[in-house]
Parts: sequence; C-alpha cells; structure tokens
Amino acid sequence: MVPIAYYLVLSAILFSIGVAAFLIKRNIITVFMSIELMLNAVNLTFVAFTRHWSQVTGHLQVNGQIFVFFVMVVAAAEAAVGLAIIIAVFRARNTLSVDQIDLMKR
Amino acid sequence: METSLLTFFLVSLAKVIVVVVITLMAVAYTVLLERKLVGRIQNRWGPSRVGPFGLLQPLVDGAKLFLKEDLMPLAVDKPLYILAPMIALSCALMSVSVVPFGADIRWHSVDLFQIADLNIGLLILLAITSVGVYGIALSGWSSNNKYSLLGALRASAQVISYELALGLSLVGVVLRAESLRLRTIVDVQATHGLISWNFFGGFQFVAFFIYLMAAYAETNRSPFDLPEAESELTAGYHTEYSSMKFAMFFMAEYANMITVGCVATLLFFGGWTSPFGHLFDHAITGTVINALLPVFWFVIKVFAFLFLYVWVRGTLPRFRYDQLMGFGWKFLVPVAIANIVVSSLWMGLRVPLQ
Amino acid sequence: MHLVLFIIFGALCVAGALNLLLQRHPINSALSLIVVMSSLAVLYLLLGAEFLAVAQVIVYSGAIMVLFTFVIMLLNAGREERTHGSKLAYAAGIPGAAILVALLTFIFLSHRGDFAQARLADQYVTGLAPLSEVIFTKLLLPFEVTSVLILIAILGAVALARKEH
Repeated sequence: MVPIAYYLVLSAILFSIGVAAFLIKRNIITVFMSIELMLNAVNLTFVAFTRHWSQVTGHLQVNGQIFVFFVMVVAAAEAAVGLAIIIAVFRARNTLSVDQIDLMKR
Repeated sequence: METSLLTFFLVSLAKVIVVVVITLMAVAYTVLLERKLVGRIQNRWGPSRVGPFGLLQPLVDGAKLFLKEDLMPLAVDKPLYILAPMIALSCALMSVSVVPFGADIRWHSVDLFQIADLNIGLLILLAITSVGVYGIALSGWSSNNKYSLLGALRASAQVISYELALGLSLVGVVLRAESLRLRTIVDVQATHGLISWNFFGGFQFVAFFIYLMAAYAETNRSPFDLPEAESELTAGYHTEYSSMKFAMFFMAEYANMITVGCVATLLFFGGWTSPFGHLFDHAITGTVINALLPVFWFVIKVFAFLFLYVWVRGTLPRFRYDQLMGFGWKFLVPVAIANIVVSSLWMGLRVPLQ
Repeated sequence: MHLVLFIIFGALCVAGALNLLLQRHPINSALSLIVVMSSLAVLYLLLGAEFLAVAQVIVYSGAIMVLFTFVIMLLNAGREERTHGSKLAYAAGIPGAAILVALLTFIFLSHRGDFAQARLADQYVTGLAPLSEVIFTKLLLPFEVTSVLILIAILGAVALARKEH
C-alpha cells in the first residue's frame, strides 16, 4: 500500500535531477542522456496516474500506459537521430564539449 | 489455501539452488559433449583419457581454470573489467528462472517445476538477452585494447541485429497461444501429442528456423562465431581475460546455448509434453512417475538441441561479418515479418471456418 | 512489502540519477542511467504495468542505452573538464533544480489524500490484452504513424552518420 503521491514525488525528484544534469554537464552525450532521464520521469508519472484513475473510476484504465508506449517509441527515434547528429558534429568539430560547439563559426 | 511467505521463500530458494547447480553441471558437460562430438565428426576421439570416456574431463578443466594465474593488466578500467563477465554470466543464468521444466505440479501451492511463473515470461527472456549485450560491450571497452574494442563492438552489433529477428519469430507462437505465459504456450501444444506441437500442427516451421538461426547468432556460435574465432582480431573481446573471468564468459556462452535449447523446446516442440500425447495415459500411474516423466521428455528435447548446435558447429564454415549482418537484416527480418502476416491470416481465417 | 520494494528501487533510481550528475566520464553516466531505467521497470511492475516494465527494459535499457554506449565508445569521449560555462551552470542549475523539486514535492505531498493508494496484484494489473485492444482499434492511426516515424528516424540516422566522400 503505497500512496500514489510518493510515486509522483519520486518522478519529480528524477525530473529535477535531469534538469540539473542538463544545465551542468558539459559533454553533449551526457546532456542527451539527461533528456532521456527527464522523459523517463514523465513516463513514471503517466503510469502512476493510470493506476490512480483505474482505482478511482473502478475499472481498468489503460490510456496513460498507451501514452507511455508512444513516448518510448518517440524517445527511441529521437535518440537514434540525435546520436547521429552528435556523430556528425564530432566529425566536423572534433570535440564533444558543449562550450566549444556553441557558435556556428569556428 | 493461502501459502505463507516463508514457505514460498524457502521452496523458491531450494528451487533456485537446484536449478543453478544443475545448469552449471550441464554447462560443464556440454563442453565435454561438444569436444567429443566435434572430435567424432572430425574422425578422432575427443577427450577420452580422463575417466571412462573422458567423463571426468570437465572436473579437471574446472580445476585448471581455477588454478590459473588471474592476470589483471595495469591499464584496464577495473570496476568495468570485473563487472563485464559477471553481467554476462548472470544474464545467462537468469534466463533459466522463467523456464518451466515439467508439468504444473504444486507442493503447498508453490509450483515445483518453474521458479518464476510470470504472465510475461516470454518477453522476460527477450529482455534478459537485450541486457546481456552489455557484458560483451563493456568487456571490450574496459580492456583498454583497440582490438578488444573493435571485436566487442562487432559482437554487440551482431547480437542486437539478430535480437530483432529473434523477437519477431516468436510472434507466431504467441498468436496461437494468445498469451505470453510460457506454461500457457506449452499447454496449447499438449492436446494431441506430436501433431499439436507448434512446429508441426501450429505450422510454425519457418518461425522455428528463423528462431534457430537468430539464436545461433545471439549466442555467438558457429556459423556466426566470427567475434570469437581465434584467428580474427586476436580472440576478440575476451583477449585480456584470464582464468576465472574467462571461465565466466565461457560458461555464459554455454548457459546461453542451454537456454536457447530450453526455449526452442518450449515454444516449438511442446516443452514437457510427450510425443505420444494422451495415448498411454492409462498405462502410467503413480505420482512420482507422473511428475518426473515430463521432465524426462524436456531433458531429451533440450539434449537434442544441444546435439544440433554441436553438429552445426562441426559442419558449417564461418560467415564473414558483412555476410552475417546482411543475412540478419535483409533476409531474416523480412521473412519473420512475412511469417507474422501469414500466421495472423491463418489464425484469423481459421476460426470462422470451424 | 510494497513499501519496502518501493523504497529500495526508488532509492536506486535516485542514486543512479545523482551518479549520472556527479560522474565525470560519460561511460559511467551511461551505466548509472541503465541502473535508473531498470529500477524504473521494477517500479512499473509495482504499479501493475507488466508489459510496460518489460518494454522499458527491452527498449530503453537494452536498445537506446546500448546505442549511447556504442557512441561513447566509438567517439572515445574523455573525462569532462571544469570550464567557465560549467561554473556558471552550477551556480544557476543546482538552485533551480532544488527549487523545482521542493515546489513539486510540496504540492504532491500536501494533496496526498487526493490520490489513491496503489496495491500489489489486484484486478488493475494490466496485461497485454487491454493495451492491444486500444492500440489496434481506437489508436490504429497513431500506431501506424509511429511506424512511419521510426522509418524516417532510421533514414535520417543513416544519412547523417554516413561518411562524406
């Protein structure tokens, strides 16, 4: 018997750690990983709310879980394209530090 | 009757210990089986000096691997170097936990022949295979060696490419059983013996061959064993490993072979059901025989698969890497998708025809 | 029992996320993120979402993070260094995240009674059948569109990562 609010608090903690990592880290791959962490925290919120609505309305709700399914698919597609972009940027600038690829001119 | 948590815990612990011990013994004797069979295929004896017919050879091999010097090169990334073989071996052994060996016989309402009866058992096997890639990738990275890294990346790319064909080939089986639970999949095949198995009456023979080829590639076995061929990339991702850690990779490979055999018998060949179906049910009485006979059938079928594995290893030449990747992506995945389409059409049209 | 499991795997999630933040080499961050994703899969199981838990392990831990690990290994990304930009980010980022988490936690815990209590193994455990009933009937068009999306992503990734001749 765990209150759903605890799951939401855990998700909030993970999301804010993701935001902090996004702002602090200087390696572009780690920044990308913090985006994935934020997406996962949101997935946890969706699943927690599915359980909440199932118990409140009395019959099985699946809409939150369907949304998580689509979020996973989109995150996978985004990870593939994002990493391809990172590889292309690495080939052009030969560095992975965010501070050195923030200008369009060399 | 509500089973107490303590009973469940103790019986599960006993099951885990028995299954792990039997699996590790099976791994050791599979090595011996392979060496003797490959020897006979190549017209020589294989190990035959240690004990009668070489049956004590695995014990001697184990002792040798334990007593070898455990080298740790200076420049390796120590935590990952030690973690990688542990990931490989633990994933290989975890797969055995969802496999049911025998019929649904319960003692104090705890299932005796399966460790974890999950509703999503089949997907758990796919998930464990997916996580097992890290054992290979991290071992190559942590060895701090160009050739290990390249070998590890090639092996991981091979494994993740064939995971797709593996998963798709199992969809036909799931369609017939309408469930992902492994016991349900076997129960659907239990009606008339041989002809109701998924390979014969379920018409999943194409899926079976796709599964077999994908599983050979997943376990890095011949003819897909380029990553660990000795003449390629200096033994690939386990170049820098010695003694116990190398033994863990070795054991993980053979444990994966055994898991593939178990899954293939469960999904395509009726698991623990006998090929005679219910013809001789009246002749077999007694609880102990009824409990152990399904396990006997299961073991015979898994042994047949191990035999097939070694037979293929001794017979076929190795794939080149680009041929291997082309085969996985351009042949197996389209054929698996075609199998799903045909299976679902057959399932959909069969019901109104009845 | 439920609370014990929640605390263990919740603590693993938070520890993994903090480790992602604190480690300097990207490969260690990637491995911590894998721990977070696997613990999240267990939390989904505790909430009754069986298929999503396994899909989380197969898709996130077993595919997306493998992709990240490959890119880190291939590009041979080294350890991070402290730069001027990162000191500024520390000054702004950590208080910002702390305010965010404090605000959200306060709101959720003060309305704790408005939310239900999750239980283990009751009738709301969602297997595969209810999900597929919705995906393949009401949401068939989004499902097909996501398959086109994945095709576009594959083509885009191959086109972007190819060597220029």
